Amino acid sequence: MKSLLATLALTTALTLPGLAMARPVTLTTTLNSYGGDGAYLALYVTDASGAYMGSLWMAGTKSKYYEHLTDWYRATGGDTAQVNGITGASVGAGRTLEITLDLADALFDAGYTLHIDAAVEDMRDSPNEVAVPLTTAGAGTPVTGRRYIASFAYDM
Amino acid sequence: MIRALHRWPGLLALALVTVLSLSGAALSVFPAAERIAAPQAEAGMTVATLADRIQGAYPGVDQIRRAPSGRITAYWFDQGTPGAAVIDPATGQGAASADPNQTQRWLTNLHRSLFLGDGGRIAMAVGAAAMLGLSFSGVLLVTRRVGGWRNWFTRLRGPLAGRLHIEIARIAVVGLVLSSTTALWMTASTFDLLPGGGVPAMPVEVSGEAAFAPGQMPLLVETPVDELRELSFPYPADATDVFTLKTDQGTGYLDQGTGALLAWTDLTGWERVSETIYMLHTGQGAPTLGLVLGLMALGVPAMGVTGVVVWLAGRGGRPRIRGNQPAGRAETILLVGSEGGSTWGFAATLHAALSRAGQSVHAAPMSAFSPDRYTSARRIIVLAATYGDGDSPASAKGFLSRLATLDHAPGAPVAVLGFGDRSFPAYCAFAKAVSEAARAKGWSELLPLDTIDRQSPQDFARWGRGLGKVLGIDLELAHQPVLPATETLTLISRRDYGNEVQAPTAILRFALPKATLWQRLTGAAFARFTAGDLIGILPEGSPVPRLYSLASARRDGFVEIVVKKQPGGLCSGQLTALEPGQTVTAFLRRNPGFQPGRGKAPLILIGAGTGIGPLAGFVRGNSRRRPIHLFFGMRHPDSDFLYGEEMPVWQDEGHLVQLVTAVSRGARPHYVQDALRNEAAEVARLIKDGARVLVCGGRDMAAGVADALADILAPTGLSPAALKAEGRYVEDVY
Repeated sequence: MKSLLATLALTTALTLPGLAMARPVTLTTTLNSYGGDGAYLALYVTDASGAYMGSLWMAGTKSKYYEHLTDWYRATGGDTAQVNGITGASVGAGRTLEITLDLADALFDAGYTLHIDAAVEDMRDSPNEVAVPLTTAGAGTPVTGRRYIASFAYDM
Repeated sequence: MIRALHRWPGLLALALVTVLSLSGAALSVFPAAERIAAPQAEAGMTVATLADRIQGAYPGVDQIRRAPSGRITAYWFDQGTPGAAVIDPATGQGAASADPNQTQRWLTNLHRSLFLGDGGRIAMAVGAAAMLGLSFSGVLLVTRRVGGWRNWFTRLRGPLAGRLHIEIARIAVVGLVLSSTTALWMTASTFDLLPGGGVPAMPVEVSGEAAFAPGQMPLLVETPVDELRELSFPYPADATDVFTLKTDQGTGYLDQGTGALLAWTDLTGWERVSETIYMLHTGQGAPTLGLVLGLMALGVPAMGVTGVVVWLAGRGGRPRIRGNQPAGRAETILLVGSEGGSTWGFAATLHAALSRAGQSVHAAPMSAFSPDRYTSARRIIVLAATYGDGDSPASAKGFLSRLATLDHAPGAPVAVLGFGDRSFPAYCAFAKAVSEAARAKGWSELLPLDTIDRQSPQDFARWGRGLGKVLGIDLELAHQPVLPATETLTLISRRDYGNEVQAPTAILRFALPKATLWQRLTGAAFARFTAGDLIGILPEGSPVPRLYSLASARRDGFVEIVVKKQPGGLCSGQLTALEPGQTVTAFLRRNPGFQPGRGKAPLILIGAGTGIGPLAGFVRGNSRRRPIHLFFGMRHPDSDFLYGEEMPVWQDEGHLVQLVTAVSRGARPHYVQDALRNEAAEVARLIKDGARVLVCGGRDMAAGVADALADILAPTGLSPAALKAEGRYVEDVY
């Protein structure tokens, strides 16, 4: 069980003028028992057109494995500066990752989507494991991932 | 120095390298098993065909991977449910589960990180570094011991644990160096200490079309399955996405609408090196190499055990010296050059005996030689073993160079006593070097150079009496080199010879003592012995054991020795007076240096008098009918023809090809070396054809035989010394 408090230190793309208001958001990701080693997870946000806006969290510290988080890697070119200071340990099968961040109000109900890419050693790469629109109404509603994530929810 | 660098890191890292090597050896089996189990693609099959077949079987396929073993795995989604299987490339259908093997996963995590994350990875890397360091220090030690690179695979002598340690090491070291170096590289790569590669940037321009069948794409049609690493399909219903192809060569993107190659990046040099190293370490893609490395890794725990035994034996062999006097006050300085520690045992005995006789004695390693501190010294005694091919032993480092740089020799006279094994060509070579250096320096001599063969307590006691005479004291050196557990042997029969020629000799046959289960399991004591091994007899009235060569092997069912009654000899007197039913106290000492060895090469056995004992044992045990030529010297055939009754039988049975006797009493005295010269042509031919020579008997006879052989072999370009170095000429002399 991981509980972390991190101030959102997103890239300039997310710190647009007028986004001064922010609130703490808790992201809870629970993995299923997939029977493999710890999973690498990349949590990031795209805008309405699908363009990469910035990263929220990277679970997994060895950058040489980031290429298996296929979509995140393509969007960022594998730039580790994107996850500087917001990187933690990989998440074991059946475990829960809980992160609390200060997210800008303007990210909600504005067409932004939160994505999670997942990868496990010697198992399939799972880009876009989870893709949920960021809306105030959707907060607290758990969704299921495609392969490794049993449930994901964001709470405000 | 190197020895300490080998010993202490070895003991410290023992647990770590044992876990590393055992888990590594277990893991080495998986690539081979996977290679055998995985359905392989037929030769020349292309990625296009493979992708076509798999897409036919699993329309929702989104990734195909090929492992270096040739195993192909496909991943797909079927109405949102993920699926995966190992694929039979002939059909595109699933053939087995794609789930990771849990045993392999557990072993892998143990092997690389002890389940401790990054801290564990660093610990295991330290283990790998220790293994590499031990390999290098071990190579230096072995090279020094065998006397150079060219003798890397030479025959070894000495205690079993030490021999096993080196036997394993000199084969396994190649694999251990490879495995540990690649392990360090992989750790560095994991911690991002090495440059990596990259994938090409996502193409901006795509056709926007979809539904071009991968089976038609030119690059996939060109690429054989053997080169495939991974093929990823575009997301369904995302026209901007692309096919991603990874091969042995690099990574590229293919347009899903046209099949055209949009971008390509070759693997970098670093990536290629890293992949080769990964293959060398894991055996993924080189399963046979993996198995070989795994086998070699199994040598590590074995070397750990034998290494600890060698270390304990060395420690146990060095006794504490009580009442050691300071160097400045001692009349007698004892300088000890010991490798394994056994020479220290002799020094302790000498120290105690001299101290009892009222002397003040200072004992120190030869490496601590500092003559200016010996202000009260009246004499200096050097006890020197030899390491390997004439090198100085561990505790004598620097002695010769320090002696050479002295302005003048020390005032107190010196006596040098060498310790060695006569079966080595460089017998007591270091002691001889010390003695010569002392003479060259003009150092006055207390006693001439003498030598002790194979820790013989008799030799040492004899030398001690000589020393006592010079010092004017009665010096009885009763040295017991860590006495093994003794057994009681009961005489069952005796045959007497030689009374008429004033050489009363007896062949004594004892019953086999009952071996305990433990002795049978470990081959200890009399549970395992062969002719040529030694038996130590403890005579009544003396703590010093006497060694005799065995004339029988365990499977003969009895213990047999040949003993000549020495004038005034305590032990030989008691033995030759022994009647059946009476007992002696004895222990067994192995003598692996004096054995005929395996193989079919002819044997030339040369012996005189009681020296016939082990040779007769070899002939008796020669059930495989190896050609044996026996040269036997006696005094008179009617009196001391030992084993004279058996010889014709052995010849009839084919155990013995040729028997040549020499008789020394008579009108024309004839010795065994004369018999050899008479057969010179035959002897030279046999030796040229690879025969082994074993000589057993008195020292003078052995010297005479060596001279005769030198003459006989001169025309062939061979020499007894060269044969000795090869291990083809061995002596057991007394």
